[in-house]
Formats: sequence, structure tokens, C-alpha cells
Amino acid sequence: MCRQGGRQKEETMNNLELKKHANDVRKGIVTAVHSAKAGHPGGSLSAADMFTFLYFEEMNIDPKNPKKEDRDRFVLSKGHTAPGLYSALANRGYFPVEDLTTLRKLGSYLQGHPCVHIPGVDMSSGSLGQGISAAVGMALGGKLDNRDFRVYTVLGDGELEEGQVWEASMFAGHRKLDNLCVIVDNNNLQIDGPIDQVCSPYPIDKKFEAFNFHVINIDAHDFDQIRSALKEARETKGMPTCIVMHSLKGKGVSFMENSVDWHGKAPNDEEYAVAMADLDKIAEELEKEGQA
Amino acid sequence: MADTIKKIATRESYGNALKELAEEFPQLVVLDADLAAATKTGIFKKAYPERHIDCGIAECNMVGIAAGLASVGKIPFVSSFAMFAAGRAYEQVRNSVGYPHLNVKIGATHAGITVGEDGATHQCNEDLALMRTIPGMVVMCPSDDVEAKAAVRAALEYEGPVYIRFGRAAVPVINDRPDYKFEIGKGTVVREGKDVTIVATGICVDSALGAAEKLAAEGISAEVVNICTIKPLDEEIVINSARKTGKVVTVEEHSVIGGLGSAVCDCLCAKLPTPVKKLGMQDVFGESGSAAALVAKYGLDAEGVYKSVKEFL
Repeated sequence: MCRQGGRQKEETMNNLELKKHANDVRKGIVTAVHSAKAGHPGGSLSAADMFTFLYFEEMNIDPKNPKKEDRDRFVLSKGHTAPGLYSALANRGYFPVEDLTTLRKLGSYLQGHPCVHIPGVDMSSGSLGQGISAAVGMALGGKLDNRDFRVYTVLGDGELEEGQVWEASMFAGHRKLDNLCVIVDNNNLQIDGPIDQVCSPYPIDKKFEAFNFHVINIDAHDFDQIRSALKEARETKGMPTCIVMHSLKGKGVSFMENSVDWHGKAPNDEEYAVAMADLDKIAEELEKEGQA
Repeated sequence: MADTIKKIATRESYGNALKELAEEFPQLVVLDADLAAATKTGIFKKAYPERHIDCGIAECNMVGIAAGLASVGKIPFVSSFAMFAAGRAYEQVRNSVGYPHLNVKIGATHAGITVGEDGATHQCNEDLALMRTIPGMVVMCPSDDVEAKAAVRAALEYEGPVYIRFGRAAVPVINDRPDYKFEIGKGTVVREGKDVTIVATGICVDSALGAAEKLAAEGISAEVVNICTIKPLDEEIVINSARKTGKVVTVEEHSVIGGLGSAVCDCLCAKLPTPVKKLGMQDVFGESGSAAALVAKYGLDAEGVYKSVKEFL
């Protein structure tokens, strides 16, 4: 089922369909990173359900017209999880899924970090802390010209250690940018270890509250919670919303789950086979669930 | 004589130009980081408060916000001191503006040693070097009020990232003539000569003209080339003058590493190897003092340039 209008359509995708898409997005992530022999699977997988929901249901976008004037904007502030974004874009029809295997290779348009030349990518990003500022600027631009697009940005929890995140948040709260939704992927792991051991950004929700955000805590892998949080964000007026989504790094691939080792490492051929078998098994279960 | 010459700081020209061009460029918005009174964007703010965005003391975020604004069709002019716009926010300019080649303009004031009494922490002698290294970035350094206003207009007419450097101190108006024309990437021969070429930028153009006057009194004919656009450099005007005189002196209120002098050397060593002497800050930090005293101490006034050219010849 193709949803050109995103959230503007009345019908919504059921959770089973979303789970299937998310599983395809995860396969694309693992395949792309395996092919590139480098990249960041852990945080791509933890945010895969959110990417899927945003692109398949929430956002007003058109894969056939990526630069559509009134489209909702998305900035992947945690740009290293580009495989997750690219796989969602490819599965949504912005470009061929087969192209995911060109990730990070010389001559490919699928750069190691998001770049505005890629269909569907609204902002180059990857230097942590910078994406949220650009998202805030987009939201401000929308307000200045009375346009009704919304702006979404996904941040890593380790990324919250960057001071610029709080400069941007202070500004967004001050300007009451209710067309902005900041999503924090709280998988609790960064390169050097658990975030609360490296340099704790906790409590994340209270910090955003203190910066004048409406804050919602959700399970990052529960589509009902994702749906209702994004709806609440849309309906919240007079302040930006921050969704803190509690996620499992590496979600869906058995040996990558909750393992800091898979933050920025590619699976070898054997590991890739195991990963794909894990995801195939999930696909089978979803098929059965559909028939039941 | 000196008292009759009209003087105006290019930051003042910047603020005035923004206000004068606001109607013509409805998408123009001006961002500042708590320095509107000093950068003179306050002039724009007074006339168009709804189009002036104070980002508070957070320059990195301000540059990112400008990137976002540009991506949705606004034309943001980001303002701060050069030290913070080009220095502190360098990586934001590179990654959030330069890499996606967004239509963001950076108006950086209080550049160079003529910041004066605030001292070395605020005297940015590295901005031209930093901005030059970013692919696709236009870098300008106007010499006076006329050129500064023309540069702001040209930046608004141009699609893509632009960095313009303005000064704090009042400087003589030297381009006020009916046939004055401005184009990004075009230099101007402001005085013809045959013995030596003095290539200058910003407030040093006036010093170069003063030096040429002193040299003429001794029978030395100096050609003075005003380079407002450091990048892309007007290579043709530099090469033609160097071919004519065979000797080049560059003058800038900036480190001799990476700015105008380096740009001229990059051009000449590849296309017309010519002896070059670079005047500017000789790999040192500035210090507190009046603008005039500092310019004299570091040899960037007419007398200093005159002496250096004499030594070189």
C-alpha cells in the first residue's frame, strides 16, 4: 500500500504492515553495512522502527517528488546511522533498494553520512550536535513564513553530550517551536561504553523539560506508542516536543542486541548470514501473524 | 586634509546595507548572537524587528539555524565578530553550510587587529584563511563603505555561501566615484604603476594607496590592486600586474598564513613565478591598544607599507 500523503491520509497502516516494513528496513541496514564493510548498524537498528513509522505513516512526503515544497522535513542529527535512514528511504521508494549495497563505496551517492544530494535527504549531517540546529532553523523558517510543514530530527543519546544540542534546545524552547519534534534514541550505548558511564546525560526527559519542551517517554519498538507520541507532538501547541524513545541497540539481530561492539562495525560473511537468518525468522513470524 | 576625508566603519555600512536591501530581498533575515549593537545589525533590527533573530550567545547553533533557514528558502545573514563566526563556528560553517552549499551569508565584524583595545582574544587574524579552505565559499573583505555595501548586495544576489569581513574602526571612503562597479571575483587597479605591485585588501587598500603616494615622491611607481574577493581570486588582474612590474607586495590585516598573501602566492607560483613579500600579522597574536597604534606597530599603515616596499625593492 502506497501512502503518498503520509499523515494527511485518513487511513493508517496497521502495526503488522509497519512491522514488516521495519523488518525490511533492518535487512537493508545489515545488507548495506555488510556490503560496505563499515558503518553503524547498532544505532540504525535501534531507530529502525521510528524511521519506518516516520516515512511510511507520519510524515507528509512524496518519494516521487522528494523536494515537494510543503513536505515535512527530517534531519538525522545522529548522522552516523545513515544506513537506517537510507534503508527507510529506499524501502519507501526514493531510490532502488539494490543501491543500498553501494553504501560508502567510491562513486556511490550513498555517502557514509547523510548528504543533501541523496533523494529524500533534507540536510547533510553527521557531525554530532549540528543536525538539531538545522532542524530548529527549518522549524523557525516555517514559523516565519506561516507554512504548516513539520520538522522531525532524531538524535543519539550519546549525542546529547554535545553542547550545541542544548544551545539548539534553548532556542527552540524560547521560540516555542511547536512544529518541531526532537526524538532521542535512548539505546544507552555509545562508542566508549554505556552513556551513564562515559558522561551521563541522564535524566534526559527532565533536561528537555527544563529547556521548555513537552516530553514523552516511549518504547522505541512499540508502534502504538510511537503513533500516539507523534500524534501528541502534533497536537502540542506553544512548545516543541521531545520524544525520548527507549530502545535496544542492534534490535532485531541477535548478536548485535545491546552490544556496544556493534556500534560501528560491519558483520563478516558468516555474521551477515546469521543476521539475515534472524531477520528472515522475524519475517516468517510476521507472515504467520498475518495469516492467523 | 585628513580631517576632510569621510570616514565610516564597514560594520556600519553592513548594518545600513541590510536595512536598505530589506524590501528588495523579502527572504532576507538577519541573525545575531547578542551583538546587534556592535555588529550594527541593530540598524536592521530597528526597522525590521520581526526579521531579526537574536540567537543569544551561541554562535555554533546560530550557524546551524541559518543552515536550516536557508534550506527552507530564507536568505539568512549570520552576524557576529569574526573570531566567533569564522573561528568558534568554523566546523558548523564547514559542515552545515559549506558541505550542503546552502545560501547562507556570514557578515563577520570586528575582524583583525583594529578591534583594538579588546586585545588578542577578539582580534581575529585567521578568518580569511579558515573560510578560504571551505570548498565553494566566497570570501570577501571590503575596503570601505562603498565596497562594503556593494558586497552585501552582491552576496544577496549570489546563490550560495558567502563570508564577508567587516571592521570595527572608521576607515576612509576611497571608492566613492561615479564609475564604481562591483562584481564578486573581480579586483580593481586603483592606482597604475610599473615598478612594483601592491595587492591589498580591506582597510589596507588605503594604506597601500598612501604608501604608493610616498613611493611616488621618490620616483618609485607602485601599482595598487584592490582585491575585495579573496576567493575566488581575480587571478587575471594579479598576473597582469605581476607581469608588468615583476615584484609583488601583499598587504592585509590578517595573518600572512592563509589569507590574501597566500592566495596571491598560490596563483603566482603556479602561473607566473614572481617574488612576493607578504605584509600582515607575521604569525603572532595581536594585543591591546588603539586601532591606529596597532596598525602602525604591525607595519600596516601607509608608513609601514612604504618602508616594507622600499626594503623589498
